[in-house]
Amino acid sequence: MLQQEPICALATASGVGAIGVIRVSGEGTFEVVNQIFKGKDLRKVETHTLHFGTIRDGETIVDEVLVAVFKSPKSFTKEDTVEISCHGSDYIIRQILKLLVRSGARLAGPGEFTQRAFLNGQFDLVQAEAVADLIAADSAVSHRTALNQLRGGFSKKLTSLREELIHFASMVELELDFGEEDVEFANRDDLKRLIISLQTAIAPLIESFDFGNALKEGVPVAIIGAPNVGKSTLLNALLNEEKAIVTAIAGTTRDVIEDVLYVNGIKFRIIDTAGIRETEDIVESIGIERSKRAMNQADIVLMLFDSDETLAEVETLAEGLEEKKKVIWVRNKADLTTPNPPWDGPVLTGEGFKSAFPERRGDRGEVTISAKTGEGIEALKEALVASNYLANAASDTVVTNLRHYEHLVKTQQALTDALNGLEMGITGDFLAQDIRVALHHLGEITGQIVNDDLLANIFSKFCIGK
Amino acid sequence: MFPKYDVIVVGAGHAGCEAAAAAANMGSKVLLITMNMHTIAQMSCNPAMGGVAKGQIVREIDALGGQSGIISDKTMIQFRMLNRSKGPAMWSPRCQSDRVRFAEEWRITLEQTPNIDFWQDTVRELIIKNGVVAGIKTSLGIEIQSKSVVLTNGTFLNGLIHIGEKNFGGGRVGEKSATGITEQLIELGFESGRMKTGTPPRIDGRSLDYSRMEEQPGDENPAKFSYTSTPKLEHQRSCWITYTNEEVHAALRTGFDKSPMFSGRIKGLGPRYCPSVEDKINRFADKDRHQIFVEPEGWNTVEIYVNGFSTSLPEDVQYKALRLIPGFENAKMFRPGYAIEYDYFPPTQLKLTLETHLIKNLFFAGQINGTTGYEEAACQGLIAGINAHQNTHELESFVLKRSEAYIGVLVDDLVNKGTDEPYRMFTSRAEYRTLLRQDNADIRLTEKGYKIGLAAESRLQRVREKVANTELILKELKTIKAQPEEINQQLVQLGTATIREKQPLYQLLKRPDIEIDDIKNLKGSFAGFLNQFDEEALEQAMITVKYESYIEKEYLMVEKMNRLEDLEIIPNFDYDRVSALSFEGRQKLKSLRPGTLGQASRISGVSPSDVSVLMIYLGR
Repeated sequence: MLQQEPICALATASGVGAIGVIRVSGEGTFEVVNQIFKGKDLRKVETHTLHFGTIRDGETIVDEVLVAVFKSPKSFTKEDTVEISCHGSDYIIRQILKLLVRSGARLAGPGEFTQRAFLNGQFDLVQAEAVADLIAADSAVSHRTALNQLRGGFSKKLTSLREELIHFASMVELELDFGEEDVEFANRDDLKRLIISLQTAIAPLIESFDFGNALKEGVPVAIIGAPNVGKSTLLNALLNEEKAIVTAIAGTTRDVIEDVLYVNGIKFRIIDTAGIRETEDIVESIGIERSKRAMNQADIVLMLFDSDETLAEVETLAEGLEEKKKVIWVRNKADLTTPNPPWDGPVLTGEGFKSAFPERRGDRGEVTISAKTGEGIEALKEALVASNYLANAASDTVVTNLRHYEHLVKTQQALTDALNGLEMGITGDFLAQDIRVALHHLGEITGQIVNDDLLANIFSKFCIGK
Repeated sequence: MFPKYDVIVVGAGHAGCEAAAAAANMGSKVLLITMNMHTIAQMSCNPAMGGVAKGQIVREIDALGGQSGIISDKTMIQFRMLNRSKGPAMWSPRCQSDRVRFAEEWRITLEQTPNIDFWQDTVRELIIKNGVVAGIKTSLGIEIQSKSVVLTNGTFLNGLIHIGEKNFGGGRVGEKSATGITEQLIELGFESGRMKTGTPPRIDGRSLDYSRMEEQPGDENPAKFSYTSTPKLEHQRSCWITYTNEEVHAALRTGFDKSPMFSGRIKGLGPRYCPSVEDKINRFADKDRHQIFVEPEGWNTVEIYVNGFSTSLPEDVQYKALRLIPGFENAKMFRPGYAIEYDYFPPTQLKLTLETHLIKNLFFAGQINGTTGYEEAACQGLIAGINAHQNTHELESFVLKRSEAYIGVLVDDLVNKGTDEPYRMFTSRAEYRTLLRQDNADIRLTEKGYKIGLAAESRLQRVREKVANTELILKELKTIKAQPEEINQQLVQLGTATIREKQPLYQLLKRPDIEIDDIKNLKGSFAGFLNQFDEEALEQAMITVKYESYIEKEYLMVEKMNRLEDLEIIPNFDYDRVSALSFEGRQKLKSLRPGTLGQASRISGVSPSDVSVLMIYLGR
């Protein structure tokens, strides 16, 4: 049996559904899934068994899942396979896929599971032909429509990046293949500058992936606060304001409820509103696990408090927050307490908050509202818009496809390798190896790179040959 | 008058000679037919072998049991390892040859090969029976039977020589062209095309002023091409470098109206990387000078090859322009440069064995396939000769992969992509060049050459010893740990950082500023442990240690690619049935008919999604 490197992909239709099934297949699948699955050791369980557990990112629970184990050769691909049934939110699915990739799996190419199944003799030719059209539709999407699907100048931008890389590679190849001739070689500082400028161009594309998702899915927002500080009221206040365009998607099986709100045309998605409502109804502790999970999924965190005590509670929670998360401090019940003077400083992020914390509270900025009367809600919305990167990312180019994202990240990594190589003074042939990897990954998005491109570029730009 | 041969080789250039020698050494009865016994193994262009990527090919030919490396070693007048300052994959052996000695040595080698017969004549026609080649007919009307034929016609098929406005038929200056074969092949259904190449004027070395040029001597410690014990070069001749200037360019421009290139008289496409000097000044008008290499043609001759000055302008224009080059003020010309147009057959009509798809047991090798260069020709001759023998003895075909040899890259490129300009090898054509080094061609290929009966057993023994020694050295380097107190002072002297605690020598060797010789010379408790090993094994071990991560990365890529390489596409696969293929991909696949999915994936126009679609369709 041919067992290849582990690959993963969503096996069910994408979009919000009750359940999503992620399939992982290949050599080492159990080891890969074990790294993120808290439950039984999948290497030790029987084939064709089902196991309950959680998917974790470090200590944080991403989702509760059911895992089905299929051992080679008794699986669709005939390889070791795991199918993870998780909640059908795109967000959760992407998180799990990201974790799998981080643990050593690779995103599957179009039709790759079927390819493997075929390679391992699961199908005969006739059956394979029957599924081929299905697969073809898939790959056609990935290679033709995917580009069209993207907004604005993505493909243009990649093409010009690729051209610059080819130019770079040509300069290196030139000194390798024509080192004996009277050609001027690119100086290393220029090469460094070129790589840095390429990286500078790719970085926003990579970052835009989150932005792209936000465009499609809404910016995830978490409302965090102790019981009875008014989370539910705030939620309703935010939503009520926009009643006409509020959507509520209720999950059918478990309690996934997400409310969506549009401000200035930007979509915000409030995470775990079920949790918010629950904790209002049933008096319980702050629900630390639940809050952490919500914060983890969010890009913007609304820290709601109404007293020094409830503030202290959320401050403790905010300490471990990733730097890139945006935090807005919201003082509720303005109708009951004396409002703070209006804040006009920047919105601080997790790290920034941490360092500012010992100082005076007022410095880090707060929005004071009354969820009940609706006072300050407009200001809060403005803060939401201002603190989200969508407002700042005026860039025209957005990456929305996880596959493209993955290749861009690898391109960037290869460029970093090349840059490190330049710093260490490695020779052109090894530099070229890194550049080729970068070109390969760009090629996976724009179409294949052939060596002829390099030579054609050399011949058109440089006078070489005896 | 003639027995029935296993293999008839038509043409005795670099391709023909290697083909004949390989087939004969493997045990085939071979007839080598050439138009002129005195021009066997002529170097029609510059008197040199090897160079970047080409030197690696010569090493590969040698590792497989071919002759070009041995003959180059015996006849060189200068040796240089190019690209020394770069990584080991770029090191490229190149030699300057004695043109006459080179040809003579080839002839001696062939004459001493028992299975080779010779016949001086021009082949006019192939004998074909039921789609299988059965022999040849000559201009004397003689029919000679054989089980296979290797065509290596070089530039002789309908060769047309251009000098200024004059042109005349010929295969090389002073030699007749060959007619008849192209016409017959076209009738059989082959497609043909025209290509062009050129050569510079030859000069009387006594008329040059070398004090105005820059000397380019050979390496102080010259290496060689062959892995066998050929003699080392004791003394060498230098080359010289000079430059054209604006005056030279102006003089050349006066002949542009008579240039066969610019006037359109030459229809064939020339190589972009081997442009004529008029092409250079025309296309790169902003460059005010071009480099000229002044290369001696041998030990005892005064003849000089003016590398970089290939031209087909009128001879008087050539002469006037030459004399404006520093050092050439009083130059006397032996003969002018010229351009030559010739027929070639797009190599996409071949299998990876270089056998034609149309006619069984008919092989093409060398310039007839649209390549340029002695090394490119020689390695094709070797592959064609080997496979002619294999075919006629009902043995398995011999094909090298892209990850195994530059020869594999070359044949795969030709057969699967074709070429519309003369094809020359570059290192950038190889995707796994970190693996395809000149230092390990024997490790890569000698066993394969031995298995088919071409490389002698003594070669295999040598390689096995080299590999075993390399492994032994690596083991020692990992085991032996140096103490700070015994080596730190020496490290300071070497200009590298000291160590704080004991460290395996392996780690030290990884440093960019430490060579294996430095390790060998270190004094300490372990001193002397490398003395028992020869240079080749030491070098091999050093490369393995220093470039480990890059080599490993490349092996991973090879492994990935090989999964596709192993999936065969049946010869008559109906691409029209696969509705999901892209339009362009389908067209390309239909015309090029790749043999494996790996080959398909390299065709420009075939997208990754086409490859996945095909994968599903393929039977195992």
